[in-house]
Amino acid sequence: MLLSGADIIVKTLIEQGCDTVFGYPGGQILNVYDSLYKYQDELKHILTAHEQGAAHAADGYARATGKVGVVIATSGPGATNLVTGIATAYLDSVPMVAITGNVMSTQLGTDSFQEIDITGITLPITKHNYIVGSVEELADTIREAFRLAASGRPGPVLIDVPKDIQIAMCEYEPQSPVTPDERKPAKDVRIAEAAECINMSARPFIYFGGGLITSSAQEEMLTLADLIDAPIGCSLMGISGIPTDHPRFLGMQGMHGHYACSMAMHKADCIISLGVRFNDRVTGNREKFARNAKIIHIDIDGAELSKTVTPAHAMRGDIKQTLKKLLDKVKKTSRPEWQSTVEVLKSEEYKTLDSRDGMTPRNAILTLNKHLNENTPVATDVGQHQMWAAQNLNFRRSRRFISSGGLGTMGFGMGAAIGASIASGERAVLVTGDGSFGMCLNELATAVSYKTPLVILLLNNGVLGMVRQWQTLFFDRHYSNTVLDRKTDFVKLAKAFGADGERVTTPEELDKALNTAFNTDGPYLVECMIDKDEFVLPMLPPGGSMDDIIVKVGD
Amino acid sequence: MPDFIIAVLVRNRFGVLNRVTSMFRRRRFNIKCLTVSETESPEYSRITVTFEGDGGAHEKQQLIDQLYKLEDVCFIKELENKSAVTSELLLIKVKNDPETRALVRDTADAFGAVTMDYTRESVIMQMTGSSRRVSAFIDLMRDYTILEICRTGVVSLERGSETIRKTEL
Repeated sequence: MLLSGADIIVKTLIEQGCDTVFGYPGGQILNVYDSLYKYQDELKHILTAHEQGAAHAADGYARATGKVGVVIATSGPGATNLVTGIATAYLDSVPMVAITGNVMSTQLGTDSFQEIDITGITLPITKHNYIVGSVEELADTIREAFRLAASGRPGPVLIDVPKDIQIAMCEYEPQSPVTPDERKPAKDVRIAEAAECINMSARPFIYFGGGLITSSAQEEMLTLADLIDAPIGCSLMGISGIPTDHPRFLGMQGMHGHYACSMAMHKADCIISLGVRFNDRVTGNREKFARNAKIIHIDIDGAELSKTVTPAHAMRGDIKQTLKKLLDKVKKTSRPEWQSTVEVLKSEEYKTLDSRDGMTPRNAILTLNKHLNENTPVATDVGQHQMWAAQNLNFRRSRRFISSGGLGTMGFGMGAAIGASIASGERAVLVTGDGSFGMCLNELATAVSYKTPLVILLLNNGVLGMVRQWQTLFFDRHYSNTVLDRKTDFVKLAKAFGADGERVTTPEELDKALNTAFNTDGPYLVECMIDKDEFVLPMLPPGGSMDDIIVKVGD
Repeated sequence: MPDFIIAVLVRNRFGVLNRVTSMFRRRRFNIKCLTVSETESPEYSRITVTFEGDGGAHEKQQLIDQLYKLEDVCFIKELENKSAVTSELLLIKVKNDPETRALVRDTADAFGAVTMDYTRESVIMQMTGSSRRVSAFIDLMRDYTILEICRTGVVSLERGSETIRKTEL
């Protein structure tokens, strides 16, 4: 059938299995919005308050489902407002397609009104991007973008569509959804070498990240862990990958990781790393990181294998396929000595846990745990609250922890929680802080408009807590620009947006408020007052090693 | 470690050079010189990059791995001196001084440089050869008055019938 470019965009999105797009209209994308109007029964559009919120929502949608998230914006400021959202998705390997309008092809390069070189701007934060040259190549470009976004290590792809191409007419034939590139296992010889290394080891440790979730390799990993009697830890991006209460799971590793997990990794003689990238927040001082261990590294992205740490056995390939082959080659071994070491570490960790009564951050998250069901997606913003959530939340299903790990984007959570709720059809939770919430709270309007069931747990300490923590520890308590001392009344603010909320100061009040929140249609904000001098512990100082770990802070 | 040369066959698309060099910049790979040209097929362009080699095998591997991730990159090959023909072209403009004219001429002859432009005030010479040979010639010319220099950067092809397009990704 003969369709306009704008219609082709919408029809191709539908053809690719897209059911929801997030976005914001504007001059150079008007034709696409006209098509969205025409096809509104087939494709739902969620209007956000700001393009950044739309990008984070598409990201949250993708993280919660594994499907490609789609965001649409106009040229110029519409496109630049997407940038933080696209970068966030890029750093956490989230499949996303961003479609932007642009000025007429003939006006490109002349600094026209609301013209911006968005393909230039997003070059380093997309897997690939396109500026569409003719309406004939439009449908195939979108298809290729979907394939690229979801293949290998997923990531965002941007398509910039000049206005004349949205208007031009062209024949369109629907096609079936693209299939991502085949995920192949690593080379057999490499797998054999790695198996040998595991069989020789006395203290193997399995360490997984977001890549394990992308590859859906949980089952194979747990089988491996049982076979070789190894404890398991994860990176921030791995959280919710396996049930938090799994007996072999020690939790998160890294700067604010669980003590037993970080120590076990430090003591291990063989670290089997699955879909991780050994970021500086994980390794601390790279010279001193895992000195005693041989590292086995499996990743679909070959460039990760030679980037920061040098593994003894590097394997480029799909984790699930590779583990399946590896399982045939490792010997079933029990390692009671290693297990008792791990048990000692666990009990040491237990002693360091914050056991105070009252409205502590840990008690806030533990109270929240009581209200979550296994399907509830929990998004966070970035800062202390994010780490408290990562350390203490209980998950039973994969893709339920939604957090900006790589870019560390304050303001991510509000949009992401909306996207995750819409994608999963579940009530979502946002754990946030007063600093982060202040960045993108305008999306409250979106949650109210769409009656998104959303519980916002706002831990309010009146300061930028994480930065303040660093100032306390490393900057002689010079609290430069981290004391907010704002007069914002968050409960009134929620009400002004058409939502509801309340403020709590004790765990009992919090429990009651959460009860109300989890039974409210639409968003409900619970402002939980906590002390400004709470710390996220343990902490590995930046560039430090396990010898420098801080588990308690004296007065 | 000496410099190393990587040949990259990329899709002949608008903006592809920017994609490649932008990656070098943001990942802090130090380029010594770079050439881009058409190839035997209109589908591809060929980029030849020379890197200052101080990072060792690790950096080289990372560079190749990162190149592979660019959607428009199709083939990559490291070209080593012993198994490749490598050459570069130099244009050099020197002052045409009667007192040194003969000396300049002698040096040029020794290096096989050809005169391309001759005026009362200046001479432009052209020479081709390995980068080391080109540099050696320039170094000798510094005894006289060099007005301007332009080098193309290195181009390189593997010896024998092997081609970059037979390289497995």
